[in-house]
Amino acid sequence: MSKVRVLVGTRKGAFILTSDGSRKTWSVDGPFFGGWEIYHVKGSPRDPDRLYASQSSSWFGQIVQRSDDGGKTWHQPGTPPGEPTTAPDGSPKGESNKFVYDVSSETGTPLTTHQWYDGSQRPWEFKRVWHLEPSVSDPGTVYAGVEDAALFRSTDGAQTWHELSSLRSVKGTLWQPGAGGMCLHTIVQDAGNPHRMFIAISAAGAFRTDDGGKTWTAINRGLKSQYELPDPSADVGHCVHRIAMHPSRPHVLFMQKHWDVMRSDDGGESWQEVSGNLPTDFGFPIDVHAHEPNTIYVVPITSDSEHYVPEGKLRVYRSRTGGNEWEALTRGLPQRDCYVNILRDAMTVDSLDPCGIYFGTSGGQVYGSADAGDHWTPLVRDLPPVLSVEVQTLRS
Amino acid sequence: MIRVTLPAHLRTLARVEGEVRLSVSAPVTPQAILDELESRYPMLRGTIRDHVTGRRRAFIRFFACERDLSHDPSDTILPDAVVNGMEPFLIVGAMAGG
Repeated sequence: MSKVRVLVGTRKGAFILTSDGSRKTWSVDGPFFGGWEIYHVKGSPRDPDRLYASQSSSWFGQIVQRSDDGGKTWHQPGTPPGEPTTAPDGSPKGESNKFVYDVSSETGTPLTTHQWYDGSQRPWEFKRVWHLEPSVSDPGTVYAGVEDAALFRSTDGAQTWHELSSLRSVKGTLWQPGAGGMCLHTIVQDAGNPHRMFIAISAAGAFRTDDGGKTWTAINRGLKSQYELPDPSADVGHCVHRIAMHPSRPHVLFMQKHWDVMRSDDGGESWQEVSGNLPTDFGFPIDVHAHEPNTIYVVPITSDSEHYVPEGKLRVYRSRTGGNEWEALTRGLPQRDCYVNILRDAMTVDSLDPCGIYFGTSGGQVYGSADAGDHWTPLVRDLPPVLSVEVQTLRS
Repeated sequence: MIRVTLPAHLRTLARVEGEVRLSVSAPVTPQAILDELESRYPMLRGTIRDHVTGRRRAFIRFFACERDLSHDPSDTILPDAVVNGMEPFLIVGAMAGG
């Protein structure tokens, strides 16, 4: 019998929604870490009971929490309850929230700087973890996408973190924050090739490594940022909102950009627009059906200044042709007086058949569909604004 | 014994209730208190002051004996009333919306 666990991060805590494989009745547990912003909660594909959560606040900064029992109990890695507070070598534990950017080994000064709004250069400064991506091959390895934009990796279950700083050598001095901050928000692993990974950064673009993070390439050819960049086709500077990939077709990528829905058939070497008949091509999330690699989902948002769905109607759009031809999915979703937003990490799919799809809104609703988007129901209606939604399909 | 009062969220992280009592060797300064606090409760590292620079986080304040000590140098000797445990050293989350 299957079980589904939906992990929800909100402005004021995390929630875990569970159901059996029928996905008809849901229980809601939480809030976990009440009062804190939970940017992201995600489980390890290798060990479903191991969950990682990014917990942050303006007062107390960043915390990383880990559960080893499916979310029943949590601890900060390195400091489990009742354990000694120092490691056998005397070094202090409790460093799971220590994200220190690499510095030059010669000078000890910051490795590079990035561009500020006024054109001046600023040193990188850690603010928060936007996205945690557990490794597809090792439950102890997890990646963190952070603000200011950088990629960190832990190989000890989030106890200690180390930057993969060569990413910043890809014209990092030209990166500058967008309105939402300069965050690395998307990490996509190629399950068939552990050396290949794709990441995306707000107002910098998309990047790929083929050697496990030693070197990186900007993969933004074909993106156009008219009115947003002096050179609309620049190598870097594009505001990519999200990248999605089906594990069976790692060379095919889908992208929701600040404006435009894009597709690449060559691992990001080039991109073509597939916005087609969408009512607006602005939005944040994009996802791929679990069993149909050419079926993709987006949620169009009115504009970059009006972050709510168009015409007061909450509509998920589905393309069964990998883009260009889109249909509105509306059954069970509010079609009047609705002005919510769906953030980039707040939509996901399960791996059951039919495929389930879930998303959370800025209004605190989490909607689910157990038939690939044909019909929707609210799983829970009145949470704090939703920041992220992930799902685990558990088979007993 | 030095008495330290933590904001509610940090009490939750440290898994303590009420005041924390610490043994701190002289000279008793904010830095010495924080060093001992983080040694006893390493899960608080980074939540009160920056991991690397040691600077107080922007929305954290230090009070004692009805004085705001937030802007004093971290090696300032604290009042006798804090040193002898008559008054607590207060670590406070600044008032801010959200």
